[in-house]
Amino acid sequence: MSAVAFLTRRRGGRGWHWTDVVTFGWLAAGLVLIFGPALWLLLSSFKTPAQLAEFPPSILPYASRSAMVDTGDGPRLLPLYTVELPDGTTAVMAEKNRIGIMANMVRPEAPDEVVKVNINARQPLREVAFATGNYTTPLQAFDFGRYLWNSVFVTVIATLITLLTNSMAAFALSKYEFKGRGAVMMVIVATLMIPLSVNLVPLYSVVSAVGLLNTRWGVILPTVATPTGVFMLRQYMLTIPDELLEAARMDNASEWQIYWRIVLPLAAPALAVLAIFSVVWRWNDFLWPLIVLSRKELFTLQIGLNSYAGELNVHWQFILAMTVVSIIPVLIVFFFLQRFITAGIAGTGLK
Amino acid sequence: MKQAYLRGTVIAAALGFASTALAAEEVRIMWYSDGNEGEVVADLLKRFEEQNPDITVALDNVSYQVVKEQLPITLEAGGGPDIARVTDLKALADHWLDLTPYLADKAYWDQNYGEQADWLRPDGSDAITGFMTQITLTGGFANKTLFDQAGVALPAAGSSWDQWVEAAQQVATSQQLPAAFAMDRSGHRMSAPIINFGANYIGADGMPAPVDAGVRDYVGKLVGWTEGGQNLKDVWVSAAGASYRAAAEDFINAQVPLYFSGSWQIGNFSAKIGDNFDWVAIGNPCGPKSCSGIPGGAGLVAVKYTQHPEAVAKVMDYLASEPVMREFTQRTLFIPSNAAVRAAGDLEYVTTDPQVQPALDAFNADVKNITPEANALPAWKWATAYYTALVTRTGQAMAGEMSLEDAFARMDSDIAEQVAQAAQ
Amino acid sequence: MGAVLAAPAGLLAHLFDAPMRLWQRIAGRGGMIAFFLAPNMAIFGLFVIVPLGLNVAYALSGGTALFLPQRSYVGAANFERLLTCGDHMDPATCRDDLFWIAVWNTVRFVGLQVVVLVGVAMVTALILNGKIRARGFWRAVFFFPVLLSPVVVGLIWKWIFQRQGLLNWVMVELGMDPVNWLTDRTWAFLFSVGISVWAHAGFYALILLAGLQAIPRDIYEAAEMDRTSPGRAFRRITLPLLWPNLLVVIVLALIRAVQVFDEVYVLTGGGPGTSTMYLTQYIYETGFASSLRNPGVAAAASLLMGGVLVVLTIAQLGLTRWRDRQ
Repeated sequence: MSAVAFLTRRRGGRGWHWTDVVTFGWLAAGLVLIFGPALWLLLSSFKTPAQLAEFPPSILPYASRSAMVDTGDGPRLLPLYTVELPDGTTAVMAEKNRIGIMANMVRPEAPDEVVKVNINARQPLREVAFATGNYTTPLQAFDFGRYLWNSVFVTVIATLITLLTNSMAAFALSKYEFKGRGAVMMVIVATLMIPLSVNLVPLYSVVSAVGLLNTRWGVILPTVATPTGVFMLRQYMLTIPDELLEAARMDNASEWQIYWRIVLPLAAPALAVLAIFSVVWRWNDFLWPLIVLSRKELFTLQIGLNSYAGELNVHWQFILAMTVVSIIPVLIVFFFLQRFITAGIAGTGLK
Repeated sequence: MKQAYLRGTVIAAALGFASTALAAEEVRIMWYSDGNEGEVVADLLKRFEEQNPDITVALDNVSYQVVKEQLPITLEAGGGPDIARVTDLKALADHWLDLTPYLADKAYWDQNYGEQADWLRPDGSDAITGFMTQITLTGGFANKTLFDQAGVALPAAGSSWDQWVEAAQQVATSQQLPAAFAMDRSGHRMSAPIINFGANYIGADGMPAPVDAGVRDYVGKLVGWTEGGQNLKDVWVSAAGASYRAAAEDFINAQVPLYFSGSWQIGNFSAKIGDNFDWVAIGNPCGPKSCSGIPGGAGLVAVKYTQHPEAVAKVMDYLASEPVMREFTQRTLFIPSNAAVRAAGDLEYVTTDPQVQPALDAFNADVKNITPEANALPAWKWATAYYTALVTRTGQAMAGEMSLEDAFARMDSDIAEQVAQAAQ
Repeated sequence: MGAVLAAPAGLLAHLFDAPMRLWQRIAGRGGMIAFFLAPNMAIFGLFVIVPLGLNVAYALSGGTALFLPQRSYVGAANFERLLTCGDHMDPATCRDDLFWIAVWNTVRFVGLQVVVLVGVAMVTALILNGKIRARGFWRAVFFFPVLLSPVVVGLIWKWIFQRQGLLNWVMVELGMDPVNWLTDRTWAFLFSVGISVWAHAGFYALILLAGLQAIPRDIYEAAEMDRTSPGRAFRRITLPLLWPNLLVVIVLALIRAVQVFDEVYVLTGGGPGTSTMYLTQYIYETGFASSLRNPGVAAAASLLMGGVLVVLTIAQLGLTRWRDRQ
């Protein structure tokens, strides 16, 4: 019986206790606040630039309707409007051209009768339409497949190295007594205090000096020795009883076997959590790859997607669409691994 | 650092880290785009590769952030691409390659790009390091349809800032718009009117002068217009420091009848405004002293650390040649940098939008109004320090964080700190 | 025991078994410890410790050059520039007023954000631990923002708070006047707190949820027998048993709050004026992003920030030890 359940039970299950109201309200608000903005981004990514700039905005993406009209010089595709005529009636009319605030408009069925209409007396006639060009144009313009491959490569390799090196270090730090163990832990925790964004120039000097600029390894290696990962895994491994290890040693198991065959399998939930975080972090990495990589054949997806931000103009329609594209893979990974998350965190020694 | 870099590269290659083997004559270009120029130059380079099978050109399309933040440190490490499209031309000039010994026809370069050559080489040098891909000029745009709807006449050419703002305010009031005008959040942009109000940033010794009456007058007016609601506040207070913010979206969306930006917006407007309303380029509103805009633009420069200077020069010769620049200009809707192309005056811009040609003509015509003070700025190495101080402190004054007097004092001390820092 | 030893192990492990045994025989247990630590510490040393050391060198050098060999030693000049103030409470009297504006903005941010974040995470954890259907689904819902990159978080909310954004549309639909949210100092500050809570609360809620699930149920049942009030049960049972998790949450939240940057930078750019310019933005722009780079000043500022964080963390851990001893 958990805390809230205990609280809610006090009314004997009859009627709504205030905690039920809070629970319901909180979950509903959470759903709206969390998915509402994301959904808005998704819908916006299908809008044309003009529509993005529109206020008040429309929920769904629209496109102006137009019709083929037989003008004097051959049939042309003209935009349609709902026009309020001087006699109080409304009609659907096509715009031939516009001079200043007056437009010359015709009924599509009677293209010869031109009516002058003030542009404030008309509304564009629109229908729901998804501007898929926001997606296809950038995806065709650059080597999407290669960027995707680079991103997958960096994410997978970085995650594998992270899991291996962090778990080895965590094993040593949790299962052996040795001089300087406390100091090593302190150093690892202390480095949590300086985020990457304030340490760019020194790190760049190091990466440049060891010749890793413009290589995928230059992106991968500086990120894999995460203090968080070591800390998390160590806390989890501390909960594995030492008797298990001692028994294995009795069975003549080597230290490597103890690590690989006993501790790692038992730490699986914590490894899963670290794997999820590592995938999310490496996939979303932006600033560091941007600095290390300047050759397009090495670009990760995040860098490639960013090339639509110019000095003077930003192509919002492409940026929104490409943002959506970049979220999808993380969602897929999360979908498959999410059941490990609570179990993993539960045991990461955070209790 | 260069040594270390080279050594590092060798180690990396030995370890098998280097993922691509460089072809003997591969030329890499780092390029950023505001509009369609990336696609256009890719087309042009494809033709170059067909004519020169021994050279391959790799075009790295990157965001402007890369050019601004990453390229400088790569260059200081002795690396970088072979050619780059850059706007910080003067500040990084020590890294550019003097192409003179490799060029096919030096006289052609002097004739056609000589005017701006000083912008992209170190002070006192006569090197040819590259060329401007386009010239830009600051200037204003008006939403003519909004003026028509309000029944307000567009102020004539040569009108002052006060006249323009007053007329735009009438439009804004009548059409219930959030503001009369908008200006990009940029020290470069605000400097055009400041110069027209009689300011001169450059002291007699070439070092930054303290902010003078011209700066005080215009910044005072601009802050007043922001407090009074004429200047669209969002753009200026929506960032701290010297961050650039464009107000183009608000003009495109007909939220302001008047917009102060520059010639590079034309292609953007044509694509996004289309037929929604009529817009016109109005040149630079006048101050008491002049009606000048500030010229600028992006330059394509060769990088000193290239392994293939001959191939680089070949690519540069090709891109700078008159027919190529003509096509580039016509397709990108830029103001030409090539003197011959500009003089010929027969450019046929590739557009179906009838508003584009008059706008480009207006900017081309405005070139004659550029004053020496304005023209000196692109080649002045302290310009960035000045712009940064101006925009940072003006933004704070507009947000009501500090008084104008404090803002001016801080501008001076910011610039002084920067000069002192650079001297260390 | 055999069952555990037979637990899944890859071919790789088999290949490693023999050489590892040999190495253990040669190097002894100490050698094995070194072996386990070596890969991580080598990478860690090269890409974390060395740059941190270089940072100290940068902080003591001046000029605008980016690489150390071209920089000159200036002693404590950079610290002096940052710390010279008429009155430290009033940034306007400081030589580097922007630094102090950033410091006080960060203090205000941390104060509010950590409290709200921990509160939201706590309520969410309690509710997720309660009698609800589809718990897995709700857990995933609250975790969703944690998956997004900070840039995306900033972008999503910018699209809502901007003058012509979704929020103002809702305001207009409800018959209210639209508000220019991001140009208002107070709103911009509150939103910067809000989006960072939005982005991170799910992570901390899961840590707390894990703690809640580890609390034995019979304790609550006993409390129920005694007719303990819910509030009292929370104070007397839940809080003390959850305390270790809560401490981790508070320490991590504090460290991350002091380092706040990306999502706010995308949303407000530090504005209006400088009201949401936080320390990391100051350091990033001073040292790297601005056309006028001052790596020395930035390094000095980052060392000061790191120092404060270390002190805060030690203070908190010390507090716990003291509590434990009580």
